[in-house]
Amino acid sequence: MKTFTRIALLCALGAGIAVPVALAAGDAKHPEAQEWSFDGFFGHYDRAALQRGYQVYKENCAACHSMNLIAFRNLGEPGGPEFSEAEVKALAAQYQIPDLDEAGEPITRPGKPFDHFVAPFANAKAAAAANNGAAPPDLSVMAKARAGGPDFLFALLTGYSDPPHGVEMLEGLSYNAYFPGGQIAMPAPLSDGGVTYADGTQATVAQQARDVVQFLMWTAEPKLEERKRLGFMVMSFIAILAGMLYLSYRRLWRDQPH
Amino acid sequence: MAGHSTYQPTNGLTRWLDTRLPVLRLMHDSFTAFPTPRNLNYMWTFGGILTLFLALQIVTGIVLAMHYIPSADKAFNSVEFIMRDVNYGWLLRYMHANGASMFFLAVYLHIFRGLYYGSYKAPREVLWILGVLIYLVMMATAFMGYSLPWGQMSFWAATVITNFFSAIPWVGEAVTEWLWGGYAVDSATLQRFFSLHYLLPFVIAGLVVLHIWALHVPGNGNPAGIDVKTPQDTVPFHPYYTVKDMFAICLFLLIFGYFVFYNPNYLGHADNYIAANPLVTPAHIVPEWYFLPFYAILRSVESKLGGVLLMFGAIAILALLPWLDTSRVRSAKFRPVYRWFFWFFFVDCLILGYIGAMPADGVLHINESIEVPYLLIGRIATIWYFAHFLLILPLIGLFERPKPLPESIIKSVLGKGGGTPAGAAHAPERQI
Amino acid sequence: MGGTRLPHAPSAKGQHPVSEHKSPAHDDVTRRDFIYVATSVAGAVGVAALAWPFIDQMNPSAAARALATTEVDLAPIEEGQTITIMWRGKPVFVRHRTPAEIADAEATPISDLKDQEDLPADAQRVQAFEGQPQKQWLIVLASCTHLGCIPVKNLGDYKGWFCPCHGSHYDTAGRIRKGPAPKNLAIPPYQFVSATRVLIG
Repeated sequence: MKTFTRIALLCALGAGIAVPVALAAGDAKHPEAQEWSFDGFFGHYDRAALQRGYQVYKENCAACHSMNLIAFRNLGEPGGPEFSEAEVKALAAQYQIPDLDEAGEPITRPGKPFDHFVAPFANAKAAAAANNGAAPPDLSVMAKARAGGPDFLFALLTGYSDPPHGVEMLEGLSYNAYFPGGQIAMPAPLSDGGVTYADGTQATVAQQARDVVQFLMWTAEPKLEERKRLGFMVMSFIAILAGMLYLSYRRLWRDQPH
Repeated sequence: MAGHSTYQPTNGLTRWLDTRLPVLRLMHDSFTAFPTPRNLNYMWTFGGILTLFLALQIVTGIVLAMHYIPSADKAFNSVEFIMRDVNYGWLLRYMHANGASMFFLAVYLHIFRGLYYGSYKAPREVLWILGVLIYLVMMATAFMGYSLPWGQMSFWAATVITNFFSAIPWVGEAVTEWLWGGYAVDSATLQRFFSLHYLLPFVIAGLVVLHIWALHVPGNGNPAGIDVKTPQDTVPFHPYYTVKDMFAICLFLLIFGYFVFYNPNYLGHADNYIAANPLVTPAHIVPEWYFLPFYAILRSVESKLGGVLLMFGAIAILALLPWLDTSRVRSAKFRPVYRWFFWFFFVDCLILGYIGAMPADGVLHINESIEVPYLLIGRIATIWYFAHFLLILPLIGLFERPKPLPESIIKSVLGKGGGTPAGAAHAPERQI
Repeated sequence: MGGTRLPHAPSAKGQHPVSEHKSPAHDDVTRRDFIYVATSVAGAVGVAALAWPFIDQMNPSAAARALATTEVDLAPIEEGQTITIMWRGKPVFVRHRTPAEIADAEATPISDLKDQEDLPADAQRVQAFEGQPQKQWLIVLASCTHLGCIPVKNLGDYKGWFCPCHGSHYDTAGRIRKGPAPKNLAIPPYQFVSATRVLIG
């Protein structure tokens, strides 16, 4: 192909790369790139990490952050933490779900696998009122709702520090270089040893952050493993079919000037 | 050019049908025997790709509509329900969202093919204008479709775009409230957008039928830009181009598949995974990538009305192209001056797209001391865009000395050493 | 594609394309056709595989499947009482039968029944818990087998149910005895998870 076309394609490629990068930048520190087991064409979740991450969410985050799109049964479905059926029933039963009795009066009953996670606050206004006016956002799709995704979430959770010299902190806010503007309403949610892992892994802040981010990635993309598995089969099939079509095309046109 | 029909019904049933509703004859004449220039290159495969993607968008859209709830309080969660609980819902949603991007990628390649090879020139002016109409309806469809998930970008892009209409003098406010069905974008707006989003693809399908009809009257253009002169210039569409189109479709599907299976949210915006909140405006409201050049043109002038007029003008001017380009030669292959300006225009569109993604008040840092405001770049690029159509094209046609055209298509391909019975090597690389 | 006959374009010299290898015509046609046939088959398989997600998305979603079973607490239901619960969107009768009702149902000879094929014996219409048939519990779909109306309990000539729509009479085992309904009331799949709880579905 000629020079013009080459230049044009390079420009297009450059624009394609530049645009998303530019959108991700702002006045916040850029999160460092992390390696995750779910990255890449053959990525998959780390089940042990998902189970630990659930524990971190439940013990640290669930007090303020709802996760309304997740049902208890999801914890047992393939492609996720894959708790056993008995474990899922037991986890669900720990929660009280608002329901109505035979007379139509509001009651609560123990959770069932088909119930969704219980929100810590009745509604958005109550959540904001209990948190200095800033309602803690729902975490179900948080890993997809922020530029940088899991890398950003990990950087944020481990990125709390003292404010640099000269920066005045507003009342009730904490300093985090990765948060746009640097002043975040959420105080550092993780602390060393804050959680005691059932599998004995040492619960440093970084470890808890890695585990809960992996869990948040799963809540946002529960079908990731199925998607990549199907992708491999579909792409291979199309590639082979393309090859066969190309051979057919060459055979057909062999004696045709074109 | 279609001549006498060569369709032969093969059995009693097809003979019976042929005398009552000759649909099989029509299919045969249009897509089997249809004489097509033998020198078409891969830039001619996008029509087939576009037809496939229109069908794909319609089919995935219909099944998604079985589960989606077009109400402001339920839309976001219904999309998540599709992603999590509907069997293969994640696949259908990602196909539909990325399919829209692929649809626009193909349409831009298809349009640029037309610009390069003079496909818009006589006698294909109506074909071209139908294409512009299809493009317009595609944009309306895509805009409304993007609002349906009711994320932050859905809501705020809808707010920004519908607010354009308030720039219309005198009736602007009334028109905008009429569009909204209220005093702001809300559930009433979402519900009507859903209805129209379902309707418009079928309008597109109707326009596509007219588009193909308008094409079949003169027949396809070709890279040499010269008319078909003898039957030796052509081959029957099937199997020569059906197979080639299917191969090109497979390559395109590989690109589509990469996005659907491995990077399904790359072309989207993270903010759209935040449920719409009328009280919180996102830091940077950005449309989908395929609207970025027009967004840049819109923001290049301060006046709201001026920006809206320029933006719509940028699309409307395409319809005038057959009359703005004064050259008698169709294909840029034989237009050495125009060829440069074609690529300048292409790069200009890329620049406009880049500017559309940038914050309006930002600057481009070339090095430590040199900063260029994005707004300035956008303005220059917008001026160039209009100058290309209004100034450059009319003038080039008058003063350019085109290269000599080949006598016929068959002579132009034989002359490259690709005659029969050829040796193992195929024809040498042709100049684009 | 149509049949195996493909229209061929005339070559530049106006003749049929000539094979460069000049091999026997038969051999050449076989080699040429194989790639077309193989590609067509592969393409057809691809299209069929593509169709499956579009069909399967109409099947019950994971959320619907999660609600496929319902647990019922039997303890509050007194003898002689019938309650109606919902299972998979349909109404289901849970009847705590009295000994008289059980005796009535067991005493009826099969030959007296209108429908002698669908679980006609009373013993077939109850489940056991830890080996003991729980005859006092009758669980049937509350849908008349005629045209789907909900029968009314404790009415009718056989003291079971009476369907007011077209006058079908059911007995204390939910079997059709008189009227236009063709079959006995359907028994949903259920099992006792304890002496006082059943899981339906």
